[in-house]
Amino acid sequence: MSHLLELHGVTKTFGAVAALAGADMVLDAGSIHALVGENGAGKSTLVKIIGGLHGRDSGEFLLDGESVDFRSTADAKHHGIAVIYQEPTLFPDLTVAENIFVGRQPYTRFGFVNRAEMRRATRELTARLGVAIDPDRDARGLSIADQQIIEIAKAISLNAKVVIMDEPTAALSGVEVDQLMGIARQLRDEGKGIIFISHRFDEVFALCDTVTVMRDGQHIETNALADVTTDMIIRQMVGRSVDNLFPKQEAQIGNVVLSVEHLTRAGVFEDVSFQVRAGEIVCLAGLVGAGRSEIARAVFGVDKYESGSVMIDGAVVPRHKPSAAMGLGMGFVPEDRRKQGLAMTAGVQTNITLAIRNQVAKLGFISSKLEHGPAEIWARRLQVKTRALDTHAVMLSGGNQQKVVLAKWLATSPKLLIIDEPTRGIDVGTKSEVHRLISELAGNGVAVLMISSELPEVIGMADRVLVVREGRLTGNISRSDVTAEAVMYAATHGAEHEVAK
Amino acid sequence: MTIETTYLRHDRPLWRRLLLRPEAILIAAILLIVVLSILGIPNYLRPNPGYTISTLLLNAAPILILLLPLTLIIATGEIDISVGSTLGLSSASFGLMFASGIPLPLAAILSVLIGGMVGAFNGFLVTVVGLPSLAVTIGTLALVRGIAVGMLGTTSVTSFPSDLTSFVRSTVPGTPVPWLIVVFAALAIVFGVLLHFTAFGRGVFAIGLSTETATFSGVNVGRTKFVLFVLSGLTAALVGVMFTLQYSNAIGSNGSGFELRAITAIVLGGVSIWGGTGTLLGAVVGGLFIATVNKSLQILGIGDDAIYVITGSALIISVVVGSIASVISTRRRATTSTA
Repeated sequence: MSHLLELHGVTKTFGAVAALAGADMVLDAGSIHALVGENGAGKSTLVKIIGGLHGRDSGEFLLDGESVDFRSTADAKHHGIAVIYQEPTLFPDLTVAENIFVGRQPYTRFGFVNRAEMRRATRELTARLGVAIDPDRDARGLSIADQQIIEIAKAISLNAKVVIMDEPTAALSGVEVDQLMGIARQLRDEGKGIIFISHRFDEVFALCDTVTVMRDGQHIETNALADVTTDMIIRQMVGRSVDNLFPKQEAQIGNVVLSVEHLTRAGVFEDVSFQVRAGEIVCLAGLVGAGRSEIARAVFGVDKYESGSVMIDGAVVPRHKPSAAMGLGMGFVPEDRRKQGLAMTAGVQTNITLAIRNQVAKLGFISSKLEHGPAEIWARRLQVKTRALDTHAVMLSGGNQQKVVLAKWLATSPKLLIIDEPTRGIDVGTKSEVHRLISELAGNGVAVLMISSELPEVIGMADRVLVVREGRLTGNISRSDVTAEAVMYAATHGAEHEVAK
Repeated sequence: MTIETTYLRHDRPLWRRLLLRPEAILIAAILLIVVLSILGIPNYLRPNPGYTISTLLLNAAPILILLLPLTLIIATGEIDISVGSTLGLSSASFGLMFASGIPLPLAAILSVLIGGMVGAFNGFLVTVVGLPSLAVTIGTLALVRGIAVGMLGTTSVTSFPSDLTSFVRSTVPGTPVPWLIVVFAALAIVFGVLLHFTAFGRGVFAIGLSTETATFSGVNVGRTKFVLFVLSGLTAALVGVMFTLQYSNAIGSNGSGFELRAITAIVLGGVSIWGGTGTLLGAVVGGLFIATVNKSLQILGIGDDAIYVITGSALIISVVVGSIASVISTRRRATTSTA
């Protein structure tokens, strides 16, 4: 019997760079197949070849045992291949139903778009996936999880045989991940072949039956997941063993740096009070949408709040004024490095010095000469991999982009650094580098407020975990007591660990 | 035990960074047009008095000055198309005040301040109310022009002191450089330094590249844009006063269509209409390019209509070329970064 999808010895070069140098992948119907590898290992290129975005230079590509050669993404879709991206690309101003049927709306016999039919079909699709999304609401403002579900619904309505999920869970909370995994299992049971790309091994082990590891554009190994362990996969991915993913060093805990009191913004968060001390790493944990980022953004002054106060070293931080917060020693590494952390089409140097543009000036004037020194120092300290300092940020890998954002904020010598999702979408090697850096920062007496959706990261890094549920602090768990269960319980129920102070 | 990493300062060699810039290409184009004109147009080097290098510069000066603050606004990703109307309002109020006996210097200062108020109004609607600048300044374009024309009706004020008006038209003694170009040069240095050599300018580009990143980096986005709109209004009104004296004619219709010429020059000069990239030098060279083309066409006796067609086409071509270039480079980036 032939396999659903087979790729053998696929190569692809872009200019002088070999993105794929012999990639293999064999996907069976009714299987969930994990594709793992560090960033730059060639997973995305492989997916783009399967999805019809790129052609291959050489190698075999068989679908249902027959050689295929997609000319476009539409061609691939037509052959039953659907790709769900980490950040879905829905039209924000169209309704859910319109998004699912965009370009192929059903018509009435008078030639008008048949909205009733679209709505009915959409309800049927979402019901099949076990979720309730109003077909008539605009896509704007939908959670990323719901947007992905809409993409999946679209794939089902197109009779996709192969569903590729490219890091679908990176931006999802625990409950949403469970929901997505349920949907993936259902698709598997319906006989579809699923390729699941993720950096989170707990999900890979919970969901997949087979795993293919890639490194440097090449196929390394394919195994049944029952036969391998996380350590084995990581070793295959990095070509060396990573002993400790979360190296948290002991740090001297000093005086209170950040003090937040009764911070309230109606409908978003309420009566939030906490402190972060020098040398301490405090994690805000909770489900996506619980208000973690919103609290951090208000503390830094990007968002407004209605009442309460924020103090750094006893000095009140003015509301809604990031420049003032920066002046008092706050830094903020935001969640979305591409939109909020970096100017993507500006150079590494410009990005690193953006937050210290007032300090690199002489008599009020700055030039690229004055910026060069600090930019070079911080790029070097963070081991940013780039050929030149005027290389645009968009050219760097995700991990290196994140290092540039960190460099930008470390250059400000912050007393308090807020880091929202420090390792989202970056590879294992860089991840542990970032963790080591954050730990070093705390060791040097910086107060760190970290937000993370990855529980192992929270548990590994935090001196204290503050759990947020529906805008309120429902847990304050110290390092010695923290377990995944305790955090999840406070995040979903919030009764057991009421905040002491 | 960190490994000493070394970085190149620049990814590409100097000659490529210099020669492949829109500024360099435009300067080459200007030289080419001059050479072709010298070869192909009989009287190009010895034209009528109306077509000397001095008149070329004098005619170009108003647009060149107008485009200075406008370049900074475009670099933030916003736009101000009310500058021509603000010029007209300034001209009309200057004339009206002068005709009603207000001393000329005071009338000039008040007119410039009126322009600042128009800019502040634009800035308020864009930054505080949060409306798109294109819509806001289309509104003020019409509103302000209406007021300007309404002020003087069909009449115009022409009784300005002739020694002053001829001074405004004169050149620096011993050179073909008009005094207005000296004013332009001084302002160009101010705006150039502001954009390229201050923290404020870094903020301007950051806003154009990503408003959110700028906000997270402590750039006061609203204040920056507000200041730029006010500067744009003040500058347009200053040009209004000088333009009035230059032609000894205060009328509400002065400066009609100047906003389009200034925007054309800026975009031709390689400043992205989406914000974030470009140089003030590029915008200025863009202005000079249009002036050079116009001069050649005028000497050839080609009318204004054809000149509009040509500058309009030049604008579209430069936007298209710019978009294609950015699509190509993004593709190249996308393919190398997903490797």
